Amino acid sequence: MIKTTAKKIYIVLIFIFLYAPIATLMVFSFNKSRTRAKWGGFTFQWYLSLLGNREIMQALWNTLFIALVSSLSAVVIGTVACIAINNMNKRRRAVILGITNIPMLNADIVTGISLMLLFISLGFKFGLGTILLSHITFNIPYVILCVMPRMKQLNPSTYEAALDLGASPVLAFFKVVFPDILPGVLSGFLMAFTMSLDDFIITHFTKGAGVDTLSTKIYTEVKKGIKPEMYALSTIIFVTVLLLLFLVNKAPKEKNERRI
Amino acid sequence: MKNSRLKLLSSPYIVWAVIFIIVPLGMVFYYGLTDKTGAFTLENVMAVMSEEHAKALWISLGLSLLSTAVCFFLAYPLAMILAHMNVNQHSFIVLIFILPMWMNFLLRTLAWQTLLEKTGAINNLLSFFHLPPLNIINTPYAIVLGMVYNFLPFMVLPIYNALVKIDPNVVNAAKDLGANPIQTFFKITLPLSIPGIISGITMVFIPALTTFVISKLLGGSKILLIGNVIEEEFTQAGNWHLGSGLSIVLMIFILINMAASAIFDKDGEGGLL
Amino acid sequence: MKKIFLLFICSAILLSLAGCGSSSSGENGEVIVYNWGEYLDPEAIRLFEEETGIKVIYDEFETNEIMYPKVEAGATEYDVICPSDYMIQKMLENDLLAELDFNNIPNAKANIGVPYWEQSKEFDPENKYSVPYCWGTVGILYNKTMVDGTIDSWSVLWDEKYKDNILMQDSVRDAFMVGLKLNGFSMNSTDAGELETAKNSLIQQKPLVQAYVVDQVRDKMIGNEAAIGVIYSGEAIYTQRENPDLEYVIPKEGTNIWIDSWVIPKNAPNKENGEKFIDFMCRPEIALINFEYITYSTPNDAARELIEDDDIRNSSIAFPDLSQYQNLETFQYLGEEADRLYNDLWKEIKSE
Repeated sequence: MIKTTAKKIYIVLIFIFLYAPIATLMVFSFNKSRTRAKWGGFTFQWYLSLLGNREIMQALWNTLFIALVSSLSAVVIGTVACIAINNMNKRRRAVILGITNIPMLNADIVTGISLMLLFISLGFKFGLGTILLSHITFNIPYVILCVMPRMKQLNPSTYEAALDLGASPVLAFFKVVFPDILPGVLSGFLMAFTMSLDDFIITHFTKGAGVDTLSTKIYTEVKKGIKPEMYALSTIIFVTVLLLLFLVNKAPKEKNERRI
Repeated sequence: MKNSRLKLLSSPYIVWAVIFIIVPLGMVFYYGLTDKTGAFTLENVMAVMSEEHAKALWISLGLSLLSTAVCFFLAYPLAMILAHMNVNQHSFIVLIFILPMWMNFLLRTLAWQTLLEKTGAINNLLSFFHLPPLNIINTPYAIVLGMVYNFLPFMVLPIYNALVKIDPNVVNAAKDLGANPIQTFFKITLPLSIPGIISGITMVFIPALTTFVISKLLGGSKILLIGNVIEEEFTQAGNWHLGSGLSIVLMIFILINMAASAIFDKDGEGGLL
Repeated sequence: MKKIFLLFICSAILLSLAGCGSSSSGENGEVIVYNWGEYLDPEAIRLFEEETGIKVIYDEFETNEIMYPKVEAGATEYDVICPSDYMIQKMLENDLLAELDFNNIPNAKANIGVPYWEQSKEFDPENKYSVPYCWGTVGILYNKTMVDGTIDSWSVLWDEKYKDNILMQDSVRDAFMVGLKLNGFSMNSTDAGELETAKNSLIQQKPLVQAYVVDQVRDKMIGNEAAIGVIYSGEAIYTQRENPDLEYVIPKEGTNIWIDSWVIPKNAPNKENGEKFIDFMCRPEIALINFEYITYSTPNDAARELIEDDDIRNSSIAFPDLSQYQNLETFQYLGEEADRLYNDLWKEIKSE
């Protein structure tokens, strides 16, 4: 009994540690005073002025657009690569997976700098395009990481059986292989999406004029004081994701009860 | 399924990897090993031996090792508790730890600044209970706290995944054979979770070693980490050769780390998900 | 799990589509502006876009040193930039700036006061490349309730009493300016011995410093986080408005009198739009709303006439009478060699 209480207290403490700053940010979003240093009373006004704040909204769209496009592209490239890697001999596979690990294990700052050097020497104009390319690059490894284990568990004979029964390779893939690896693909997508959303360092080195993601926007704002609208936006994003999480988490539970 | 045509499917990715992973790294090496005239030199790499760079590297190593250790000792018991909870909640647990990442990383770190400041929330709370104030903002401790906070999920998740995968029968067998809980832990649970531990250590140590944002926000720019030196060489001093040279030094540590994880985690089992 | 993803993907796609629709480029092209953080009223940008149909793409930097490599690398092409004096000189020497066509910027010569053009000659000898935008001094901002005695000297930043209560500037030249002035040297010194002395002073000061910051001084001083901070004069009015306990002073040892000016880089893709933008910003009524928003001293005499509040129009902080201060200097570009020396010494201080 004492043991379970101690365990519970430990979990609660860790959760306070993880979520205290988030709670703080939410409190700020209701602070009437423009600076974070003073409490000026309760207000909803930042939620309203958020809608009218063109720069923050643009940064939000950029962030979502980059995260979505880069993670979708990464999912396509990564999943296709997984199929091929799975059919390689051990040595080639080790080499490719080794290279894949580089952006994930390498320091963000080195990845960012190396891509910046590449884009400058290729004469690319920095902007949305360069950010997208960079994000796809660091997203692919996460997709491969999530899809590869599923691929290994596949029973190759089902795919061959489908081919023998006259399915084209593409059809066989979508009918037989894809459903089995789908959970891996989805978690790869979520992982890539989150990484892209939360990235600051690589974007910092590869962004161009006027194209801001929320991260880079916040970084410029940090210095002069974050605009309260930013807290309001973060609160909205966070609460939305939290609600989604609760909604979906209810579903599997019901399933389990039925099974019992 | 050994279809040679299937191998062709990897070509888009291989092309991508060459252009966006191999070539850029090659450029870092090129800049790091040449001087302004383009002649070969080791000067930029050896610059790490100079007093101020060596100091920055040592501090970075010290702080990142410390925060990796703190993360590990916080995360391991937590992962064990979580692993023994209802198994059906696997995805829920994972998401709970990923969820904070949806609140921007800079904002979360900035929130710690507000919490820790002299007139911040924590000190107001402490003074309310007549406790002595906590003065860690703008010190190395605040940086460690920021690192632990930001990277803890990367330690919890791989360990949790490794623990969940342990077959309960193995643990029960040990118990049946007369091992006490402590023996079971050190002989069975801990060795089986090593892949998770290694990948957790990698995922915490590298970003902690190379960060420049956390030291800026929570260290008041008073503590220069190697990440700050590199960032400033690129964005302010404009000496790309020196910045690249120091990046090469950083990559040596990353390589050591990669080698370690390759040895201990052959099957890539200690993943995040 | 699957449902969350479906929901999630759908909402993300919808949001992104909505986002794409909202971004449209201006009917008369665009102008890419690179300016200091919070250094222009967004309302002024909106008015400019409305009137001219030119879309403004706006980007911000924190210090001159961060701005320069970006422009030099040329990976991002800007149309209008707002560097400080010595940086304009550096850009001129490295042939990065385009000559302005003042026929397209009639408001500049008409509204901006003669003394500012004179001052600009220090870095732009023929007034051909830059249009003054803001000016001011660097001084000490202090909290009346947290200090005692009169604050009138840089030496207060070395006073043990204020340990952990001091905010220093986190940029090379500004920090060295304080160190050099404290020791009675010129802030444009390239003398190794003088710089060594300044460096030692700054190292000696480091244990007393709470944090090295640039623009964060503002927030921290308003929140009573520190007693003393080194700050640009333009922030003084804003901070006083938010926290009446704050006071700004120009130290007796002298300080930096700076000027930030609009310039157009050589590789600007929309030079004409850039000139239109500069001209618009020089209009008295625009300069006025801008001054009221950013609170940095405007060199635009016509705009100053329009300020309604007497206290502000004649404020000794926003518009100081420079003749009563001694040892005021403007930064000069000291050459690549000296730049490197400054950077190395600064790194030594920071890594101490």
